[in-house]
Amino acid sequence: MSETTDLILHATARQLAAWVRSGEHTSVEVTEAFLDRIDEVDSTVNAFISTNREAALAAARRVDERVAAGEELGPLAGVPIAVKDLLCWNESPTTAGSRILEGWVPPYDATIVQRLLDAGLVIIGKTNLDEFAMGSTGENSAYGATRNPWDSSRIPGGSGSGSAAALAAFEAPLTIGTDTGGSIRQPAALTGTVGVKPTYGGTSRFGVIAMASSLDQPGPCARNVGDAALLHEVICGHDPADSTSLDAPVPAVVEAAELADVAGMRIGIVRELSGEGFSADVRQRFEESVELLKAAGAEVVEVSCPNFGYALGAYYLIMPAEVSSNLSRYDAMRYGLRVGDDGSNGVEQVMRASRAAGFGDEVKRRIILGTYALSSGYYDAYYGSAQKVRTLVQRDFEAAFAECDVLVSPVTTTTAYPLGEKVDDPVAMYAGDLATIPSNLAGIPAGSVPCGLGASDGLPVGFHIMAPAMADDRVYRVGAALEKALEARWGMPLLAMIHDSDAAQEARA
Amino acid sequence: MALTKDDVARLAALARIDLTDTELEHLAPQIDLILESVASVTEAAGDDVPATSHPIPLSNVFRADEARPSFPAEAMLAGAPAVEDDKFRVPRILDEE
Repeated sequence: MSETTDLILHATARQLAAWVRSGEHTSVEVTEAFLDRIDEVDSTVNAFISTNREAALAAARRVDERVAAGEELGPLAGVPIAVKDLLCWNESPTTAGSRILEGWVPPYDATIVQRLLDAGLVIIGKTNLDEFAMGSTGENSAYGATRNPWDSSRIPGGSGSGSAAALAAFEAPLTIGTDTGGSIRQPAALTGTVGVKPTYGGTSRFGVIAMASSLDQPGPCARNVGDAALLHEVICGHDPADSTSLDAPVPAVVEAAELADVAGMRIGIVRELSGEGFSADVRQRFEESVELLKAAGAEVVEVSCPNFGYALGAYYLIMPAEVSSNLSRYDAMRYGLRVGDDGSNGVEQVMRASRAAGFGDEVKRRIILGTYALSSGYYDAYYGSAQKVRTLVQRDFEAAFAECDVLVSPVTTTTAYPLGEKVDDPVAMYAGDLATIPSNLAGIPAGSVPCGLGASDGLPVGFHIMAPAMADDRVYRVGAALEKALEARWGMPLLAMIHDSDAAQEARA
Repeated sequence: MALTKDDVARLAALARIDLTDTELEHLAPQIDLILESVASVTEAAGDDVPATSHPIPLSNVFRADEARPSFPAEAMLAGAPAVEDDKFRVPRILDEE
C-alpha cells in the first residue's frame, strides 16, 4: 500500500472532503482507494453484500467536475459511504441480508440514499446485516457472517455488523446503519467505532425495509464523533414521504461536537444499567470514562429507572409482533423469491413454501413469536402489557431527565464474543441488548462512543449516552468531550491501535 | 402451559410458513423459553397505566388530492417472480373443486 493510499484510508471524513474541495486529492482517487481496500480485505471481514464500482466512480467524477467548475460543495461532498443493505438504492440489489430478496433491485431510492447523493457523497456499496436486521451478532445473514476486524474469530455485533466492521477495517470512512433495539450502537461498541440512533422520526424511514416500525431508526456510523455529526446533519430532517417523520429543526449536532465541552452539564448514571449483568472489563472502562467527564467539569448524579427491568421483555413482545405484521408482505406474489409454482400448487402453498425457503431461522423464530403474541386470547396479556411497559419506560426517562441533561451507561454487557457462541441460545443473545433497548421504546436519541479496550481481552468497549427527544446535540457534545479526553490520554484514536499491539497494550493498562 | 410442537405448527400455518418436523421440535422449546423470560411484563403495569403504541404522538397526515405520476408498470414488474401480459402472474387462488 502506498503512503498516499494509507493516508486516505485513515483520514477522517472531514479531512477527505477538505482534500477533495482543495483538489489535493480527487474524489475518484479517494473512492478507488476504498474500493481497492474492500477487494483486498473483504473476503475475510465480509462487511459488504455488494459493491458498485461503476456507480461510485461515476458519482465521484461528477463531484470532481463540480470542484473543477468552482462550485460550492457540501461538507461531505466527494466522500465515500457504504449503506446498510436494508435501504433501497436504485443502482444496486437490496437484499436485507435475506435469500427472499436476493438480486431484487428497488424501483426507487430511500430518502436517506437520495439525501446522500444530493449532498455529493459517493455510495460505494451495501453492507452486510443480520437478515431483516434481526440479530445481535451479524451471524444471521444469508450472505455469510461478518467478522470483527479486531479479531476475526469474533462477532462484530449486529444487526449493523457490516456497517460497523467496514469502518473498523478501513473499508469506508462513513456508513449508514439502522437501530431497532441497538443495531447501530451495539456493533459500534464491539468494533471501537461511533454510532448514533437519532430521535425517532428524526431520520426518514421511507425506503428503509421495515422490521419493527415503531422502533426502527436509521442513523450515522463513523470513526469519530465529528464525522458522525456531519453525516447526521446530511441525513436528518423532515420527509413528507414518511408520516412518522418529525417536522422540526434538526438539532445543531456539528456545533455540539465541535464544542466538546461538558462543563456544567449534569450527567446521570442509570443505576439499573451500570452494575449487575455487565462484565468487569466493561464496568471498568465505563467507570473510568465517568471519572474523565467529571474531571472535565460535569456534575455526575445517580438516577434510578425502576421499570427498565421490564424493557427487554416488552421489546421482545412488541418487536416480533411488528415483525410478523411487516414481513407478511413477502408473499412471493409481486417481488422476491417464489418456490413451488409448478402449476400443481395453489397460492397459499406457494406462499408457505416460498417463505420457508426464503427466511432464515431467526426470522422464522420472531415471526412465530409475534404471531403468538398477537393471537386472540394472548393479545392483551402479551402485546397489551408490553405497550403499557412502554409507557412506564417513557415515564422513567422523563423523571430521570428532570434531574440531569444526559443519561449514561455501558452499551453492551460484554466485549465481542466468539462466533457461534450464542447461536442456539436466543435468550442469552437477546440479553446483550439490555442497555440499548429502553431508548428505542421511548424514541429518544442515543449513541455509542469507544471508551477503551477490555483489560483482559484487548477488545473495544463502548460508552452509551442517551438524551431527551430532540436533544440529539447533547449526545454529540458529551461524546466529543469524552473522545477528546480519551484521545489525549492515549495519544491517538482507539481505532489506530487495531493492529498496533504495543499501543493497544498501553491502552489496556 | 408449555407450547407444544402442534401449537407451533398452528402458528406457522397462520404465518404462512412451512416448517419441517425438525424445525418444529427445535422452535417449540425455544419460544417457550422466550415467553417464560418475558412473562414478568404481564405483571408490570396495572389497569391505570395507558398503553403507548408509538414513541411520538401520531397525527394523521394529509396531502393534496392531486394526480401525480406513478412508477411505470415495467419498473414495478421488473422484480416480479412471474409476469404475463404486462401483469403479475400468480398461482391459482381457488381450488379446482
